Amino acid sequence: MRTIKNPILFILGLSLILFSCKDQNQGNNGALTSNAAERVYVAPGEHDEFYAFISGGFSGQLSVYGLPSGRLFKVIPVFSQDAEKAWGYNEETKPMLNTSHGFIPWDDSHHPDISQTNGELDGRWVFINGNNTPRIAKIDLSVFETTEIIEIPNSAGNHSSAFVTENTEYVVAGTRFSVPVPQRDMPINEYKGNFKGALTFISVDPEDGGMDIKFQLIMPGFDYDLSHPGRGKSHGWFFFTTYNTEEASTLLEVNASQNDKDFIAAVNWKKIEEYVNNGGGTMMPANYAHNVYDEETHTGSSTMKKEVRVVNPAEVPGAVFLLPTPKSPHGCDVDPTGEYIVGNGKLSADLTVHSFTKMLEAIEGEKYDGDAYGIPILNFEDVLAGTVSQPGLGPLHTEFDGNGNAYTTFFISSEVVKWKLGTWEVVDRQPCYYSVGHLMIPGGNSRKPFGKYVVAMNKITKDRYLPTGPEVTQSAQLYDISGEKMELLLDFPTVGEPHYAAGIAADIVKERSKKIFNLTENKHKYGITSDADVRVERDGNEVHIYMSMIRSHFNPDNIEGIKVGDKVYFHVTNLEQDYDVPHGVSIIGANTSELLIMPGQTETFVWEPKQPGVWPFYCTDFCSALHQEMQGYVRVSPSNSNIDLTWSLGE
Amino acid sequence: MALAALLPLLLFVFPLWKITLEAPQYPTPLGMYIHINDFADANPHDIKNINLMNHYVGMKYIPDAIPEFKIFPIGIVITTIIGLIIAFKANHKWFLYWFIMMVLVSTAGLIDFYLWEHEYGHDLDPRAIMKFTNPDGSVMGFQPPFFGTKNILNFTAHSYPRLGAYFLGLGIALGLVAYYLGRKQTLKA
Repeated sequence: MRTIKNPILFILGLSLILFSCKDQNQGNNGALTSNAAERVYVAPGEHDEFYAFISGGFSGQLSVYGLPSGRLFKVIPVFSQDAEKAWGYNEETKPMLNTSHGFIPWDDSHHPDISQTNGELDGRWVFINGNNTPRIAKIDLSVFETTEIIEIPNSAGNHSSAFVTENTEYVVAGTRFSVPVPQRDMPINEYKGNFKGALTFISVDPEDGGMDIKFQLIMPGFDYDLSHPGRGKSHGWFFFTTYNTEEASTLLEVNASQNDKDFIAAVNWKKIEEYVNNGGGTMMPANYAHNVYDEETHTGSSTMKKEVRVVNPAEVPGAVFLLPTPKSPHGCDVDPTGEYIVGNGKLSADLTVHSFTKMLEAIEGEKYDGDAYGIPILNFEDVLAGTVSQPGLGPLHTEFDGNGNAYTTFFISSEVVKWKLGTWEVVDRQPCYYSVGHLMIPGGNSRKPFGKYVVAMNKITKDRYLPTGPEVTQSAQLYDISGEKMELLLDFPTVGEPHYAAGIAADIVKERSKKIFNLTENKHKYGITSDADVRVERDGNEVHIYMSMIRSHFNPDNIEGIKVGDKVYFHVTNLEQDYDVPHGVSIIGANTSELLIMPGQTETFVWEPKQPGVWPFYCTDFCSALHQEMQGYVRVSPSNSNIDLTWSLGE
Repeated sequence: MALAALLPLLLFVFPLWKITLEAPQYPTPLGMYIHINDFADANPHDIKNINLMNHYVGMKYIPDAIPEFKIFPIGIVITTIIGLIIAFKANHKWFLYWFIMMVLVSTAGLIDFYLWEHEYGHDLDPRAIMKFTNPDGSVMGFQPPFFGTKNILNFTAHSYPRLGAYFLGLGIALGLVAYYLGRKQTLKA
C-alpha cells in the first residue's frame, strides 16, 4: 500500500500561511460600511424586499426570513416533529412522516429550491431534500406548510437534491452514498463494481404539484454530491458532481481523494424521458412512502408504493456523459445563460468551468477518453471553458448575479470571492465569519437572478455572538452585491445549520399567501362547520369529541361519561374566519403536543386518561381578551362506572 | 322626470350606506354595507367578525334579515312607478308632489335606520362580558354614528352614505329640477 499523504492537512497548513499574508495585505477590509444599519433597517410595519427560505440542516426544518432585515418569520416543520405546531404529533400530520422504515421523527434538510416557470422563479412551491432517510418534501407557499413528502427508494444520503428543472418538470434527487441496488446482504468490501448510485427524476404535476417518480437512472457506484439543471440553451440536461470515483468503502477522506480528477455527470433527461415514454427501462420491486396532505380535509395520508422504473444508462446511448473535473468537486452550478457549468473542486486550488457548447461539440465528434461502466468520458481539455486560477482554498458553491459575475464560497479560506464569467478574473473577495458553506443570491439558480444581495451561510461562529455555552449558533451573513465591491451589511443567527437557502422577491409570493381556511370548504372527516354539529360519540372504548372553538370558549366545555381506559379523540375545529385568530388546545396528561389550529381548520389529538377525576383543558394560544376564560372540564370515571356520556356549554 | 324616477332603482345595484370599524388590530378595517335589501361584508366574514367583537359588550348579532329589507324595496318600486306615471301623464305640479313624497319617504327611512342603530347599540345583554359606564354613571351605549365618525372604545366607527344613496338623492333632486323646468315652460307658454 502506498504512503498516505493527507491533502487536507497540507491545505490547512497552506491556508494558515495565506491567512497571515492576507491579514497584512488587506488590513480590515471586512469592516462595515458606515451606513450598513440603514441599508438593512426595515422600519416597524414595513415589509422586507425578499423572502429567504433557509434550511435548518440537522434541525430538519425550513426557516423563513426577510431580507435585508434578517428577521425570522416562521420555522416551517418539514422532516422533524414540531410540538409547537403539532407537526408529526396530531393525527392529521403523523402520516406525513411515515416511511418504509416506519414513522421517522427527524431528518437532515439541506437544499431548498423554488419552483420555476420558463426558468424564472414562480413562487408556488419550495422543494427540499431529507438526506438521512431519503425523501423530498414540497412546501406550498400559499400556506407555507409541507403538503407532500415522497420517499426515494434505492438511495442513501439524498444529497444531490432537490433541484428543479426550468419549468418544474422534474425535481431531481441524487444519492450521495452508493448502495447495493436492490438492497441485499453482501460484504462491504465488495463495493467496487457492485454498489450503484441512483439519480431520481420526480415529475411534478403542473397544476397541483403532485410528485411521482418518473424514473431512476442507475449509475456507477460513485458518490453523487450536488447537482443543478441546465437552463436556457442547456435546458433538458442535468449535471451532477461526483467524488469517490475510486469506489472506496472505507477511510474515504483518504481513499476517495486519490484520483486527480473525478467527474461531472451530464444527463440528457429529455432523451431518457423519451426513452421511458416509449416503454424503456424496467419496473423494479420497491417499497417507498408517498405522503400527501389535503388542504380541504386538513389531513395527511400515506401510501406505500411498490415499484419504481429504473433505467440503465448504458442502454440509452447519448444520454449520459462524464466530464473530468479536478479533485472531488462539490458544488455543481450552472450560470443563468446555461452555458457554463462550474465544478467547485473542493480539494483543488482552482475553479473549473465547463462549456456546454464545447461539451455538445465533443459529443458530436465522439471524442471520448474511454468510458466508465459503459458511460463515455469526454476529454477534460475539450469541455473546459476556463479556470479561475487560485481564487481561494476549498471552493464549495457558486451563484450568479445575472450581470456576468459569479460568487464562490471558499470553506477553508472562509471567504466569498467574486469573479467574472468568461474572463475568469477575480474581482473582489470578502471574509466570512467563519467557514462558509453555501451562499444564496435570490433567484441565483434561475435564468433571472435578483442580483442585489448574497447571503453566506456559515458553519462556525465562535466569538461572533454572545456565548451560549459550548453550543453556539450558526449564522448567515448578508452582503450587498449591487456595486463592484461586495459590502458586508449584517449577520444574523439561524435555526439549526443554515445549510442552503432559496430567495425570492416578496411581491411574487406575498399576494398568494392565504389568510384563513374557509370553513365552508372544510371536509375533515371529524370537522364541524357550526355549533349545531357539536357532539360526543362513543364507539367501544373510543370516544370522539366533535368540538368547536371560537372567541372565547370551547363547545362543549363540560364533558362527562369518559372512563379510565378510553381513547379520547379531541377533533377540534376553529370556527373563526378572521385573519390571525388561531386557538390552541391541550389537556392535562396528554402524551402528545398541543394543537395550534388556524381559522377554519380541524385538528385532532388523542388523550388516554389514566386516573378518575375532573381534568381541565384550555386554549394554549393567547387568542383574545377572554383567553384566560377559554377552558373546560372532562370528568373521568372509573372504567366500571356507568355514567352517561353528556356534554354541554353554558348550562 | 323619468330619469328622476328611475335613478332610485340603482339602489338595487349599489349599497345605500356603509359602516366601517377601524382598530389597531384591524389593519384592514371591518366593514358592513347596507343595501336596500341586505347587509353585506365589505371583506369576507366581516359581519361575523363584527358580531364576535360586539358579543364582548353584550350587543345582539346583526340579523341576517330585517323587515325593512322587504318593505324598502317595495317602497322604492312603488315610488318609481308613481314617478313614471307622473312623468308621462301628469303636469309639473305633480313633480313637486313626487319630490315632497320622496323626501318624506327617505326621511322616514333615515329615522328608521337611526332607531335600529340606537336599539342595536343600547339593547345590551345584562350578562355582557364587559360593561362600560359613561362619566355620568349611565350604561355606555355602542351605537354607531348615524352620519360621520365616532370613537367607540378601541374602535373608530365611520358611517357614510354610498353610491345607492347618492343616486336616490340625485333622483329626488332631479324631481325638483323637473318641477322648476316644467314651471318655466308653462310660464313661457
